[in-house]
Order: sequence, then structure tokens, then C-alpha cells
Amino acid sequence: MSAVEAIRSIVAKHGKLPVDVATLQDDADLYAAGLSSFASVQLMLAIEEHFDIEFPEDRLNRKTFSSIKAIAEVVTELSEDQQAA
Amino acid sequence: MQTSLLDRLFSAGLLIDTGVDGLYGRGGAFEDVIARFEALIGRHAPDATPEVIRFPPGMNRAHFEGSGYMKSFPQLAGTVHSFCGCELDHMNLLQCIAEGGDWTEGQKATDIVLTPAACYPLYPTIAKRGPLPEGGGLFDLQSYCFRHEPSKDPARMQLFRMREFVRIGTPDEVMAFREDWMERGAKLIEAVGLDVELDTANDPFFGRAGKMMGNSQREQKLKFELLIPVTSAANKTACLSFNYHQDHFGATWGLETADGEVAHTACVGFGLERIALALFAKHGLDTADWPADVRAALWG
Repeated sequence: MSAVEAIRSIVAKHGKLPVDVATLQDDADLYAAGLSSFASVQLMLAIEEHFDIEFPEDRLNRKTFSSIKAIAEVVTELSEDQQAA
Repeated sequence: MQTSLLDRLFSAGLLIDTGVDGLYGRGGAFEDVIARFEALIGRHAPDATPEVIRFPPGMNRAHFEGSGYMKSFPQLAGTVHSFCGCELDHMNLLQCIAEGGDWTEGQKATDIVLTPAACYPLYPTIAKRGPLPEGGGLFDLQSYCFRHEPSKDPARMQLFRMREFVRIGTPDEVMAFREDWMERGAKLIEAVGLDVELDTANDPFFGRAGKMMGNSQREQKLKFELLIPVTSAANKTACLSFNYHQDHFGATWGLETADGEVAHTACVGFGLERIALALFAKHGLDTADWPADVRAALWG
């Protein structure tokens, strides 16, 4: 499973969106689709667990979780950084 | 050695030490300033007449649980527990106290939780009435509030009073209310000779998840604070806050506008002790020596 597909299924499980995640493009705005602040926190924790990464504090913001694509980019970057460290 | 503001307040009899940080008695002069300031708030408020409600400093535990407070601020909450045992339990309790043991272990949670913010008991109360009338609702609240954060900083009390105006209605109505109070609040504070600075802020959400909630709150400019010097000119203290909750409380409690939409809410909160402390820190510990214009604004 690609990172994008994995994130898509985590969003489906933890995002508590009022719409079917399958209908969303990778770059669709998740907040506009109904992602609440609290659901985005649960999403953040589930992504950390799945990818075995830790978001640094400066990435704990709305931009990071704004779309499936945005999350995938940060996850890829952190996976590379945190494996190299 | 320089004495702290807290020590000076104790010496002047403005606050009274109880042996617990953040839990103080208040002297008559301190209370008078709070009463006068509350009257001044009334004179600076807009013409619209709010519904005045005073809740005690404890709230229905079921309402507290439903509010989601424990998701965000578990570290600040205070619950009321009582002894619910039999005579034998009572004997064991007394023995435990006499031996200096942890007698509180057997205490059972009651249906009451200490109020964390003056507006928390309001939302379920208003939701129970059914849909709001046309034009929404405006409420005037004041309550002692509890937050478990013991500190030697007199501006961080564990039990303190919060005066609040709450607006419930459409997004436009509640945003207009908040904008209006941000201006009124600054004028009110300037009228008593204090320096103000308005800034975006976030609530002290718990843990790393809370860091994310806080960043999100700032990014969306949901919370503004009026900062005033109290114990330090560099680290100012938030004395008023202007909060837009979006549909958080509306969706949580099923608050509906007259049109059947989920109601939005906003509040302006005055930290009454913090404002009194800012006044004593700036103008001196004897109110008789305060500048004439400040005295005129408060005592008329």
C-alpha cells in the first residue's frame, strides 16, 4: 500500500468526515470537507502510530493536515529524516 | 530582598493567605474594586439587554462530561467528591486521618464538578429551552471558576471570578458581538488607566494533541486576549478574552437558531481578580491614592 493509500484509509477511519473519503481528491481540503479540530488530533495520532514517526511541534498545524496529499508530503519527509537520524 | 506582589497584597490585607497557592481570601478594599469594576462593565456594555443568570461555582457533572472539557483540559478540572460510606467506613476514615494516611481514597464522585468557565453551565440550559428566538440570545454571567494550577503568581489563582457575556446566534451575529466587545473592552481598560495590548491567543490544551488544537485555534483567530501588565511588564497577563467557538457548543448541545441551523457561540470573559490585581499593581495598594480620573471612572 502506498503512503497516500494508507493515509486515505486512516482518514476514512479517524477523520469522522460527513462525506465518503473515496469521493475526495488527494488535494481536496479536508477541513472544508468537515474535518474537526478534535478529529484532526486523532488523525495525527493514528498517522504517527502507523508510520512510526513523530510530528515535530512546528508541523502540528492545520496546513499539515489540510489534504491527503499534504499529509503524505510531510509523512514522506519525516520518514526520511527520522530514519536518517 | 524585593518582596513579591503577592506578599505585598497579603501585607496590605487585600488578599488573605490560606496556606494553599492560588486559594486566597479577599479583603474589603479588593472586593470593592471588583464590585466597582463590574458596575463599570455594565456602563460600557451595549444597549441590548442581556438575560442575567448566576450559576453557583459547581455544575452538573453530566453537563461537564458532555461539554468535552476532559478532552482538552483534563489537567485543570476539579471534581467534587464526598464520603458515601457506612459507620464502619467512617471509623476507618477517622483512623486513616489520625494516622496521616490518604483518607480521600474512599471518597466517591458526586454529581457536581467545579465550574471551569462561567459559560459552561449555560449552553445545556439554553439548549433545553428549544430553538432560540429570532435574533438569538445574549447572556450576562458571573461565577467563581476553578482551575487546578497552583502557582505563586497572584494572577494565576485556582478559584477566581469570571464575568462573561455570551452571544448565541448565527455566525454573523456572534462575530459582530465579538468585534464590538474587542473595541469596548479596550476602551474600558483604558478608562481605568491601564495599558492594553490585543493579541491572538490559544487555550492551554493538554499535551501534544493540545499543541495542535492550540495552533489551529491561533491560525483561525478564534481567541483574542487583552494583555495587561500585572506582575511583569514583559510577560503581560490576559485579563479579557474574546472567544469564537464556531459551532462547537451549538453542535455539542443541539443549540438551534430560529431558522433551525446549528447556532454559533461567542463570549467575552473578564478575569475580575486579574483586572483588580492589574489596578493595584499599576496605581498602588491604597485606592485612596489612585489617580483622580481612575477613581472617578470607578467610584463616580
